Amino acid sequence: MSYFSDIYNAVKSLLTGMSVTGKYFLHSRKGAITQQYPDNRDTLKMFERFRGEVVMPHDENNEHRCTGCQKCELACPNGSIEIIWDRQIDPETGKKKKMIDQHIYHLGMCTMCSLCIEACPTDAIKWAQNFENSVYDRTYLTRVLNKPGSKLMPGVED
Amino acid sequence: MNITKNIHEWLFSLMPEATASIVEMVLIAIVYLLIFAVAGLYLVLLERRVAAWFQLRLGPNRVGYQGLLQTMADALKLVSKELTVTIKADKFLYNLAPYFVIVTALMALSLFPFSKEFQAFDINIGIFFLTSISSIGVIGILLAGWSSNNKFSLIGAMRSGVQTISYELSVGLSLLTMVVMTGSLQLSQIVEVQKSGWIIIQGHIPAIIAFCIYMIAGTAETNRAPFDLVEAESELGAGFHTEYSGMKFAYFFLAEFINMFIIAAIATTIFFGAYLSPFGITESIPLLGVFWFLAKTLVLIFLMMWFRWTFPRLRIDQLLVLEWKYLLPLNLMNLVLMALMVLLGLTIKF
Repeated sequence: MSYFSDIYNAVKSLLTGMSVTGKYFLHSRKGAITQQYPDNRDTLKMFERFRGEVVMPHDENNEHRCTGCQKCELACPNGSIEIIWDRQIDPETGKKKKMIDQHIYHLGMCTMCSLCIEACPTDAIKWAQNFENSVYDRTYLTRVLNKPGSKLMPGVED
Repeated sequence: MNITKNIHEWLFSLMPEATASIVEMVLIAIVYLLIFAVAGLYLVLLERRVAAWFQLRLGPNRVGYQGLLQTMADALKLVSKELTVTIKADKFLYNLAPYFVIVTALMALSLFPFSKEFQAFDINIGIFFLTSISSIGVIGILLAGWSSNNKFSLIGAMRSGVQTISYELSVGLSLLTMVVMTGSLQLSQIVEVQKSGWIIIQGHIPAIIAFCIYMIAGTAETNRAPFDLVEAESELGAGFHTEYSGMKFAYFFLAEFINMFIIAAIATTIFFGAYLSPFGITESIPLLGVFWFLAKTLVLIFLMMWFRWTFPRLRIDQLLVLEWKYLLPLNLMNLVLMALMVLLGLTIKF
């Protein structure tokens, strides 16, 4: 006599499915995932795990956390990161020390694989959530991540 | 309706009786064509918006207010497109097929009692006519698939044949169950019976079972998801209309939506009292009948859209199992139950 129980279960499961989509239908105005993009340009926030471009955050004293260890440069599979560094005398200790001059990032070559960010031991670089990355000239895609005159945040190397 | 009466008298005073009646028929046909071309377009829009809402999207809302002109623009685009034909296609049948589909869909529309006066064609075998007309439409689909000379089209068309032949049975039987109660095939007569309670209330249990079966089989008749293995985008390209382009494709597309309207309108007429208002609240204003009819039909159309955007597509063997092992035996049992009920006078009447 599984015939009638089959029918009962079929109807029940169909109704379950319909209740799920029915809930979606009722909530679609508020919960719609569609973004009406150019209209909401000012308010549109990308979600946290979105990979826009690599940036180096600086604090209010124009200090970053990059020690110039070049691990990101080594980790990058297609050479999107170049670090220009030299040895300078540290004013505090008076010793010679490796310091970055320019952290160069080629956005045009980057595949957003996130290996550099995982490799960074001091969390100096991270993903930005901006998404309007197109430019009219590809030279604009080569970016210097550390701001001019910035220096290493004290205490990062300890 | 006073306007129609005036036009009728004016026409008959202007010319001899035979010509006048022909002119009148042509006028009515044009009115119906216009109404349902527009209605079909807006059903397409409704489907797209409802589909979007079911999937937490917004749907087309840019062309006109809330996208109201979207399908008009689409239709204009389709009219302006080239009509392509494959080299080895059977040209005559290939060109004939879309008209078969659309004409049968439009023919069925003439029978519905939109209000007490607004019914173009009230014959005494109404339901029988409707079911037979709706099964002629499948010939158009078969012709389209056959004449395209494309294996996917042919498979789609053959599936359509199998599907329609099977599910026609359930549609017919579930309507027959109701005919047992009303005692008439004429649509106006059926509405007359429902003045003492809609049939779904009068016939209670068997009527509800018949309604469920009718909606399942009716969805299958229109070749919509979850029974859309005629088109089956993922396996057959677009099924029987793979080779069609431009306006001929639009005819198939429009016919699908008008067929959906027809299925919902039959259900409205048979089960939900056509133009009768709930509890007779607006019986004094006959013009509101059109509103009630369309409101009920739209609710049923929404139900079919709900099916479409919820259930996965059936396989061909599952489709046949559903019909022959479940719907048909249930339907026959239901018919006997209904006959017993009518015999014992167990129907509810107000």
